[in-house]
Amino acid sequence: MMTNTGNRLTQGQFSFLPPLTDEQISKQLSFALDKGWSIGIEYTDDPHPRNTYWEMFGNPMFDLKDPAGILMEINNCRRTFPHHYIRVTAFDATRGWETPRMSYIVNRPEKEPGFRLNRQEVDGRMIRYSVESYAATRPEGERYP
Amino acid sequence: MTKPVEDGVITDAKKRYSAGVLKYKQMGYWQPDYVPKDTDVIALFRVTPQEGVDPEEAAAAIAGESSTATWTVVWTDRLTACELYRAKAYRVDQVPNTGEGTRTEAQFFCWIAYDLDLFEEGSIANLTASIIGNVFGFKAVKALRLEDMRLPVAYLKTFQGPATGIVVERERLDKFGRPLLGATTKPKLGLSGRNYGRVVYEALKGGLDFVKDDENINSQPFMGWRDRFLYCMEAVNRASAATGEVKGHYLNVTAGTMEDMYERADFARALGSAIIMIDLVVGYTAIQSMAKWARKNDVILHLHRAGNSTYSRQKNHGMNFRVICKWMRMAGVDHIHAGTVVGKLEGDPLMIKGFYDTLRESDTPMALENGLFFDQDWASLRRVMPVASGGIHAGQMHQLIHYLGEDVVLQFGGGTIGHPQGIQAGATANRVALEAMIQARNEGRDYLNEGPQILAEAARWCSPLKAALDTWGDISFNYASTDTADFVPTATAA
Repeated sequence: MMTNTGNRLTQGQFSFLPPLTDEQISKQLSFALDKGWSIGIEYTDDPHPRNTYWEMFGNPMFDLKDPAGILMEINNCRRTFPHHYIRVTAFDATRGWETPRMSYIVNRPEKEPGFRLNRQEVDGRMIRYSVESYAATRPEGERYP
Repeated sequence: MTKPVEDGVITDAKKRYSAGVLKYKQMGYWQPDYVPKDTDVIALFRVTPQEGVDPEEAAAAIAGESSTATWTVVWTDRLTACELYRAKAYRVDQVPNTGEGTRTEAQFFCWIAYDLDLFEEGSIANLTASIIGNVFGFKAVKALRLEDMRLPVAYLKTFQGPATGIVVERERLDKFGRPLLGATTKPKLGLSGRNYGRVVYEALKGGLDFVKDDENINSQPFMGWRDRFLYCMEAVNRASAATGEVKGHYLNVTAGTMEDMYERADFARALGSAIIMIDLVVGYTAIQSMAKWARKNDVILHLHRAGNSTYSRQKNHGMNFRVICKWMRMAGVDHIHAGTVVGKLEGDPLMIKGFYDTLRESDTPMALENGLFFDQDWASLRRVMPVASGGIHAGQMHQLIHYLGEDVVLQFGGGTIGHPQGIQAGATANRVALEAMIQARNEGRDYLNEGPQILAEAARWCSPLKAALDTWGDISFNYASTDTADFVPTATAA
């Protein structure tokens, strides 16, 4: 069990708030859509801080401009992967940005065991650090029962 | 002194170049009909002429002294394309609310154009040696301030620009859609390496993204730099494992020589630090060198603006901070302290908007009310992340987001470490306040006016935030700014 505030993974924009309700998620979706950004849904059971490429639950929904439709997709993803981390990312294609502009977690496993910090003492007092997810030592799909 | 004292430009070459002293206007440094080229560098100075010196002559003198002139005529000008190399003062306007009938002696804005060939590519040192060189000590002007510059695209393209930039920094840190949170370790001097790292660990685990060395933490008797780096990286990695988030600590590599700075930067990189920092006082060339190092080594480069207020704060002399912002974007830093509006340090909201836009936007149109005198195309130089630091706390979160936007690092040093329930609680209070305010903003709420209510709602389930609001909720720093706009926005007919 993680010992930080909230005992949870704190990636994303809103991890220090209580879990977002569907209504709250819809408002965040509307904010992004009003800016002309496209929404993508991604899931993983390997939440390592350097795991950039979560699995895509389909391509970003470039042509879907209705928050209700996107919320349906989010809930589809939640039903398919109830024990995975799921995040919503808003992509901005404007010149000079061309990058995610929002990213927040909308689903997480009930129990989050967190990460081990491995230290390898090397020359001098240098230490090589690596962070390892306790859950990810198990095979994909079996990590968060 | 064989020359007649007259104002007009002397066009007869023989007369123009015979030995003696001429007025700068006569020498050709005042050209009211000149139309600047797209490739010219343009500087805008605020001039307080000595008594008896007319403003156009003062402007011409500045153009002369910051380009080719010396105090007397030299025939060797005729060996060169001197008309090209001569800077041209082409416009002089009296500064509003100065001169007769006001409390301030007359000041003038002078526009001066410089041909691109006057400058070496990619060198802030070369640019500044002309623009803020000898000319600032020139006797013909009582005071002189560099207010703004227009940098042509052709010239900007010779600079690397920010080593990392906002877009890449956010991708690397995996943090989007909200300001980043930081804190400066306090007390700024005296902690041992081991004790220092404790502050870093607590603040990062509690919810901050970054902790920062202060500007004057280098390698002193109480804590050597290697110890600091080792303990801070233990703290960063521990906090990263405890939260599952990427974390960082700005390791200050400022030192007495470039060799020492490179040694410290290399060690920081070897330890896996995402970011290092330097101070503005290391100088323009050292900053450009470190920016190249940072680009090559995939390390973010933070700049603390230590020293800037010695020349940027007084309105009649020195240089405006917006010019420093421009030079630092060219020089290639990724972060720069640029004011808080609401904190303890100097900062008028309109002026700070000008600084922030200069650092972050790809095009900044002329906006006199924000102190921006020129349209500026940034030629795809990456965006610099401004840093707001100094006397800010969670209770101001709505104002901070309103004035500074989301691409900014908000640094709550005292506001984290001084929290009554401890450093972790202080960090959590700041992060909860931030996320609650961003959520409310995105939901379309009138968060600036409802800010205190939004914070109170979050404090109902977050006791660290409640304690922070109870401790600092009423603290504000209301002093008049010294650096304010000369122009007020006026309503225009639709």
